[in-house]
Amino acid sequence: MIRSAQDEHRIVITGLGLTAPNGDNLADYRAALLAGKSGVEPYHIRYVGDTLAGVCHFDELKYQKRKELRRGTRAGSVAIYCSNEAIQDSGIEWSQVDRSRVGVYVGVTEHGNVETENEVHEIKAFDYDTKVWSHHHNPRTVANNPAGEVTLNLGITGPHYTIGAACAAGNAGMIQGAQMLQLGECDFAIAGGVSESIRTFGIFAGFASQGALAENDDPTRASRPFDRDRNGIVVSEGGCLFTLERYSDASRRGAKIYGELVGYAMTSDASDFVLPNPEQQARCMNMAIDRAGLNVNEIDLVSSHATATPSGDIQECAALKRVFGDSKSTLVNNTKSYIGHAMGAAGSLELAGNLPSFDDGVCHPTINVDNLDPECELPGLVLNEPRENSSIEVILNNSFGMLGINSAVVIKKV
Amino acid sequence: MTTGEIREEILDILEVIAPDEDLSNIDDAVNFRDQMELDSMDFLDIVMELRKRHRIQIPEDDYVQLASMNSTVTFLEPLMKDIQKV
Repeated sequence: MIRSAQDEHRIVITGLGLTAPNGDNLADYRAALLAGKSGVEPYHIRYVGDTLAGVCHFDELKYQKRKELRRGTRAGSVAIYCSNEAIQDSGIEWSQVDRSRVGVYVGVTEHGNVETENEVHEIKAFDYDTKVWSHHHNPRTVANNPAGEVTLNLGITGPHYTIGAACAAGNAGMIQGAQMLQLGECDFAIAGGVSESIRTFGIFAGFASQGALAENDDPTRASRPFDRDRNGIVVSEGGCLFTLERYSDASRRGAKIYGELVGYAMTSDASDFVLPNPEQQARCMNMAIDRAGLNVNEIDLVSSHATATPSGDIQECAALKRVFGDSKSTLVNNTKSYIGHAMGAAGSLELAGNLPSFDDGVCHPTINVDNLDPECELPGLVLNEPRENSSIEVILNNSFGMLGINSAVVIKKV
Repeated sequence: MTTGEIREEILDILEVIAPDEDLSNIDDAVNFRDQMELDSMDFLDIVMELRKRHRIQIPEDDYVQLASMNSTVTFLEPLMKDIQKV
């Protein structure tokens, strides 16, 4: 019951840093979303060959030396970039911050596949002689790697770990950060999600084997949630980390506040490895809304998770119908149509793309919907053209993942 | 490989594992650690690169021989004398 909490238990977003396939800061990213600009491009990956992906182009050397880049992982590099950007954006006097009271909570879909694939590929050239297996393998593949690299880069001595939560990880990271602030485990949290997944051939090959890897002659048209002619997921990399603080701390220092995390929930389907379960997704959304102390008709915008797989899109729309009925007052959009599926970063990136709507009153649309799937027809869907002059004060951000992990966060304008 | 070629090979490896360092003025008599940022993982990288490139196995007890350019080249000379520079 976060909404009734005292100020020291209210959690607010005071900064964010991101890299997406179509922007490396919030201003550029938001402009791309409002302009309908996709970040999906042709991509080549070992063994799989030519495919499509959302690739990030942030300046890796902005916060790291070449040697650090060489030693670390792509996920670590994404997390370091996002963390530094978020801290700067928060306006906090970082040199004065007690770093033993900073916590780092980074959501990931998976970690370690990239390095393991690289090493197996490398030793193949040596007839699988494990004597040439890299001593960097273990520090690169331990599950806490991306969060740990952030602490090394920024001299943070508070708690750090990653949250493995499949494609619900971006929300899960934020929820973890908020809970740790509420428990008093830290005073400043860096939380969200990152993904390096386009660097592993296995994720592409796995989705292809599942019949769920998108193809399109025009890369920018490949990711098309809700469209009848969608043919699967565009795998993307990216990251978005928020700085979270207690409202009491943030207001005391006069921080800019993007929004307040007024409700959240996570549930499990307990029904299938890959197929989603609309009943549990709906329960998750309802729990988050209820914990926020809101009615469903007070949710102005739903940032949907839909990944452009037929079953996933249809099941989420079924869940949304259960929660919102035929309400036309709640808008629904989808950011994967621009950036593909950023996996562990999806939840936080998609939320970040919508946060500016609190100020500009614009809901960016789901693009690439030429023929709306009738089973995805929802009254509030915003398709292909931005919805301007919308009064958006509450956003519900959905993020779901394999093994039936569901997450929803409710962010309210402060 | 000649002594000079071994030195060039070590420099080439250092360029890979310490890409931020300026190696143009390296003092061969001074320990690597006293003139550039190298830690134990970096020295393992030198060992690994020699293993990958030339199939040279360096026992752990001999890692101390890799302290400076001079000591490294002296240590490697008998091991690399029959290796042709590519």
